[in-house]
Amino acid sequence: MIDDKAIIDFIYREAELLDTMQWQSWLDLFHSEGRYWMPLEWQQQDPVLQPSLMYEDLLLLKVRVERLAGERTFSQKPKSRCHHLLQAPRIVACDVAAGVFKARTSYIYTETRGDLLERYSGWASHDLVQVGDGLKIKLKRLDLVNFDAPFGNIQLFM
Amino acid sequence: MGKHASDRRSIAALVREAEVHRDVYVDPEIFDLEMEHLFPNSWIYVGHASQLGKPGDFITATIGRQPVLASRHTDGSIHVFYNRCPHKGVKIASEPCGNTGKFFRCPYHAWSFKTDGSLLAIPLKKGYEATGFGDTQANEGLSRVRNVAIYRDFIFARLSERGLSFEDYFGESLSTIDNMVDRSPEGKLAVMAAPIRYMHTCNWKMLVENQTDTCHPMVAHESSAGTAVKVWKREQGDSTETPMAVQLYGPFMSPYEFYEQSGIRIWPNGHGHTGVANSIHSNYSDVDGYLDQMVAAYGETRAHEILGEVRHNTVYFPNIMVKGAVQILRNFIPIAVDRTLVESWVYRLVGAPDKLYERALMYNRFINAPTSIVGHDDLEMYERAQEGLKSNGNQWINLRRLYAADEQPDVTAVINGTSERQMRNQFHAWAKFMTMGMDEHTEAAQ
Ligand code: FES
Ligand SMILES: [Fe+2]
Repeated sequence: MIDDKAIIDFIYREAELLDTMQWQSWLDLFHSEGRYWMPLEWQQQDPVLQPSLMYEDLLLLKVRVERLAGERTFSQKPKSRCHHLLQAPRIVACDVAAGVFKARTSYIYTETRGDLLERYSGWASHDLVQVGDGLKIKLKRLDLVNFDAPFGNIQLFM
Repeated sequence: MGKHASDRRSIAALVREAEVHRDVYVDPEIFDLEMEHLFPNSWIYVGHASQLGKPGDFITATIGRQPVLASRHTDGSIHVFYNRCPHKGVKIASEPCGNTGKFFRCPYHAWSFKTDGSLLAIPLKKGYEATGFGDTQANEGLSRVRNVAIYRDFIFARLSERGLSFEDYFGESLSTIDNMVDRSPEGKLAVMAAPIRYMHTCNWKMLVENQTDTCHPMVAHESSAGTAVKVWKREQGDSTETPMAVQLYGPFMSPYEFYEQSGIRIWPNGHGHTGVANSIHSNYSDVDGYLDQMVAAYGETRAHEILGEVRHNTVYFPNIMVKGAVQILRNFIPIAVDRTLVESWVYRLVGAPDKLYERALMYNRFINAPTSIVGHDDLEMYERAQEGLKSNGNQWINLRRLYAADEQPDVTAVINGTSERQMRNQFHAWAKFMTMGMDEHTEAAQ
């Protein structure tokens, strides 16, 4: 049975996989129709007919992960690393019967490469569904507090 | 005084027939001279009239280093001003866009201005009586940019009082804008949202040159586009339809021969475009209903003519690139000698199916966003160049690919698509607009 603790553990586990660069295990957390979305507007409603920084399905996320390890991926020489600092997730919806769950987590994300260090703040929303005994990500939405600022490269995952 | 300041010969010497000196990318003094001469002497993109839908709407922009403000007046006319209060210089508008209502009001001492820039009111006006205020420049209101041209809703301005007319400056190159606008069944584009912004720690010209560099995609983008193609081949299973995403990434991996024969066209004053015969945008799948709309609007022949023109990147010298086939304009805004803000705008084809807007937005985030893997490939190269050019080993950048000794400047020509001719064309224009009026300038200073 999925309870609040299971949802929170899942979200912490996801961040840990990213911080330890276990990309394949991270991809495995996604539902086959899962999406990763980073809006470009405040309280954006539509990922398709409004501009976003990212809106990717599993195929595109796999491309990213495979690219990170590529022999000719020059923007990863040297490699980037990341760090997630999460506030305790807040459970927004927990429908055990339907197997759908929603949580919102405030975060600070740090990405570093070479001597550079960039810091981003925002809120992550997880739409999760129950598959078997576990959870899968249907949608991970990342709202940056300064979505409209001109960033440099963001190469890993928030 | 630095090495080059306002010395016409010294600046011209940085550009040889097929080489340029590294100072054009790394010397802060050259950057200052670009802001002082090159940008004011050129026609610069300010914005799109659809951003100024109703009276009181305004947008802000920067030309070189100078903040400007464009507004829609009550009579429907569009005006461009220097974005500074005539009183003590406070910026009138601080947001990228908005609506000011019937007038602009300076936040410092409440001087106010009509949306055509003229002075409307000053609090305690009496205090200016018999002070000679009527004869001051301040009495005229917001300083107007006098040379403004609106071409099919694209707003351009030239700050310098002298220089080429808009028509002489752009000439036939406007055909790319024409084609982009004609792709709407109503002949109209609309800006619906803010641009994607991306900060590049490199000189602005590296970005501009890269727009017609056709020898890098298959090398630099093997990591992104190449991986996308590879993963799709492996994962497609029995799917018969290539997803839009893979259609957008795939063509970046086209071989040298493809780019060779697709061609580059150059125009006078540094403008030019890749993708003459065909381009990486040629083979996107059709969008339901769109062709019918176009035929209904333009007739069979003309509709096919419009859609058959799939130019890749058009550089409008000095600092924008237009991609008509996916309705994108990239504005390369110089911030410092090694810092460039890239704003990538998407236009909606008014009256066309949503799917085309969806594709344009997708292209923009796949290629032009700070989260774009293709963008990561490119920026890595610019940053390495910005570093590498500090080396004294060789102070010249080589642009000799397909150079012919009898090359003429300021001509229209179609050439082999892997030529570096368009980059030479740009540097010819660079030297021209950098030094335009400079002799007079030097004399005046003496
Ligand atoms: S500075 Fe604008 S009113 Fe004084
Ligand atoms: Fe590129």
